[in-house]
Amino acid sequence: MLAYICRRLLMMIPLLIGITLISFVVIHLAPGEPTDIQTDLNPKASAEMRERLRDRYNLDEPLMVQYGLWVVQLVQLDFGESFALDHRPVRDKILERLPVTILINSLSILAILALAVPIGIIAAIRQGGLFDRGSTLLVFLGFSMPSFWLALLLMDWLGVRYGLFPVVGIRSLGYEYLSGWRQVLDVLHHLALPVFVSAFGGLAGFSRYMRANMLEVIRQDYILTARAKGLPERLVILRHALRNALLPVITILGLSVPGLIGGSVIFETIFAIPGMGKLFFDGVMMRDYPLIMGVLVIGAGLTLIGNLLADVGYAIADPRIRQK
Amino acid sequence: MPLRAFNPFFVILILAAGLLAGCDQAPPASVPTQGITVPAFGDTFIEASIGEPSNLLPVLSSDSASSEINGLVYSGLIRYNRDLRLEGELAESWEVSDDGLIMTFHLRHGVVWHDGAPFTSADVLFTYQMYIDPQVPTSYAEDFRQVADLQTPDPWTVRVTYKQPYAPALESWGTPIHPRHLLEGVDVTKSPLSRMPIGTGPYRFIEWQSGEKLVLEANSDYYEGAPYIRRVVYRIIPDSTTQFLELLSGGLDFMGLTPLQYSKRTDTPAFQRSFNKYRYLSFSYSYLGYNLRKPLFQDQRLRQAISYAINKQEIVDGVLLGMGQVATGPYKPDTWVYNPNIRRYDYNPEQARALLEEAGWFDLDHDGVRERGEEKLSFTIVTNQGNDLRVRSAEILQRRLKEVGIDVQIRVVEWATFLKEFIFPGNFDATILGWSGGPEPDQYNIWHSSKTGPRDLNFIHYKNSEVDALLERGRRTFDQQERKQIYDRFQEILAEEQPYTFLYVGEALPVVAARFRGIEPSPAGIRYNFIRWYVAADEQKYAR
Repeated sequence: MLAYICRRLLMMIPLLIGITLISFVVIHLAPGEPTDIQTDLNPKASAEMRERLRDRYNLDEPLMVQYGLWVVQLVQLDFGESFALDHRPVRDKILERLPVTILINSLSILAILALAVPIGIIAAIRQGGLFDRGSTLLVFLGFSMPSFWLALLLMDWLGVRYGLFPVVGIRSLGYEYLSGWRQVLDVLHHLALPVFVSAFGGLAGFSRYMRANMLEVIRQDYILTARAKGLPERLVILRHALRNALLPVITILGLSVPGLIGGSVIFETIFAIPGMGKLFFDGVMMRDYPLIMGVLVIGAGLTLIGNLLADVGYAIADPRIRQK
Repeated sequence: MPLRAFNPFFVILILAAGLLAGCDQAPPASVPTQGITVPAFGDTFIEASIGEPSNLLPVLSSDSASSEINGLVYSGLIRYNRDLRLEGELAESWEVSDDGLIMTFHLRHGVVWHDGAPFTSADVLFTYQMYIDPQVPTSYAEDFRQVADLQTPDPWTVRVTYKQPYAPALESWGTPIHPRHLLEGVDVTKSPLSRMPIGTGPYRFIEWQSGEKLVLEANSDYYEGAPYIRRVVYRIIPDSTTQFLELLSGGLDFMGLTPLQYSKRTDTPAFQRSFNKYRYLSFSYSYLGYNLRKPLFQDQRLRQAISYAINKQEIVDGVLLGMGQVATGPYKPDTWVYNPNIRRYDYNPEQARALLEEAGWFDLDHDGVRERGEEKLSFTIVTNQGNDLRVRSAEILQRRLKEVGIDVQIRVVEWATFLKEFIFPGNFDATILGWSGGPEPDQYNIWHSSKTGPRDLNFIHYKNSEVDALLERGRRTFDQQERKQIYDRFQEILAEEQPYTFLYVGEALPVVAARFRGIEPSPAGIRYNFIRWYVAADEQKYAR
């Protein structure tokens, strides 16, 4: 097992190099440079100043040299300095955005799991019943509804008209003056709408997946056996069927690890949440290469690790895979 | 100030902030009914910014979120007052020598930086040196490169000598003065001041939570007296709809509205009780510019015909919902430099058809599109993504041009690509863009024939030797009467030749929470006297 993990880890190195190289090249293929965004159509910027900026950012070097310089920085765990006007280290910019993004995404995944698993199970055992049809309708409604539209409706309705939830941000203006547990409540109060909106959209995939697995499992012979030996239906479903139906969930969880740091631009923009999605989007618009690469590297790393975790978790959970 | 880039983000920000404010051509929609109230200190003013400020060192920043905050934290030597005339800020007075070459500023005594250090002429000298330092990546060096010499004979006097008389130079001394004692000998791009500025302005910096908010507090030592409003909070809310919802729920005290929000969502009694609305023309205009390198557009009659065929009032009504005016030239209609006596192109399709036929364009095959020989009268308008007003303008004028037999396609492209692939290489037929500017009428960078290089602003390649001469003379002349004559002629020529079809001048549409008093709309907008705004003691909302 250990050897397997080590081998997989080693294989990640060439993969990462490949990913970063392709990303680096593709990003530079997009027309425009960071210096353009800062100087174009600005009557007060001269040509010399543009050259100075290019020189500072090493933009006149050949692309492969630029990539090399970037890799040398990266192996020292330095993501470099942002090309944006604030010239801050990319590491700081990412670190200050990560916690809230991870918090919202974890809460939303938890909410999805907590709802999707029971919905999937009940829909499967009562296949074609009222609950099945009703829940299908509901989750597909959530899936097809644009999240920004739902968000705005909820904000206008629950936030402005009834004043039940704060409209934007992740904490109140007087946050500093609140006591400890009130601060926690304040943040949860602010996160309720965003987490609901993002979970509602993600419910469909997961619950349908759960339902399909369950349907498959309850047709297996061992379920028939369990029923035949007279077990109560509750035990048949929860002990014998559910465990097997949950197995693929591990894969999905593994795949959602990179999603933990990803954010949605539209979503964050509407709720004014300072998250990764907006950071990345602004980075792309500014052609802020170090920032884009920083986010991509972390994303790529997490994807690879997530895949590895899923495989390992699978092996632990399922003896049949372990034996192979 | 010459004109600033009309980046899509700027557009939104300018609309939102009403920063480059203009005159109150129309009276405010509702005049605040002010009882007799006594100015009191205290309360918090909360506004929203679409974007996070990039950098709070003015030398490095060029976005309007940063400049708005920097405007409260820093001061320049001079500034525009309520009537858009220059007045002293850190300078008590100044003189310009008769030949226009030497400017002498007499500085205020007793001004201190927010950290307590005294402000002297050495700070001015340092600021100038920093702006022209090749190591400092600033976008604003150009004005200071015209300076031949800057001397500080004593701590309260600054004497600037120019290579040539340069009228826009005076305005450039409104540039924020930076603290020498904190920046000398350090790499400015690494300076902590970019995240916690120290200036001489009416508000001092308190804290900045990235992506969330930025807090300023009144500077009780401010040399014009402490501002009444104790705190200013900028909340970063990147979506205009969300900002509006937050305004409605009471979380914001100020917002620049879109025409749609202003006209459709502010007439409820609740809104009118809580907010005062203002509107005035902004210092910006939109235009349809023709690429004059294309043979098609070199025919003046065609350009004039297009100008006649476009119903500009219809665009103002349809796109701005009437919150704006038809533009006739590069200057705002209520400024001293604006020339009303020029050729106008009111909607006149008959005139347009006549001009097209005079130029040889006929629709002989009756397919709705005119042709001359083999050539079809067809072109593409390219504009940038992220500005719906421009796209909608394009759609409206596309229909009008079709009616006179001109086929128009519309192409919308992301900003960086738009500039790099279309505008600068001259790879376009016509474009809808905008310029924003200020009270200074110098237009050299946009219309002079020397500014047609690969990245210059005269990207339509307009060349006219009389205009060149006028622009050169205008920026060397200080006398306003004389400048007026020069720029009047300049506007006449542009109106005759129509290198742009000028479309519209938008309006700034700010709303302010009703508890704030002391707001006096003027040609400079409403924000110029912010330090005199106040909330009466019994109406204050925030104790901290």
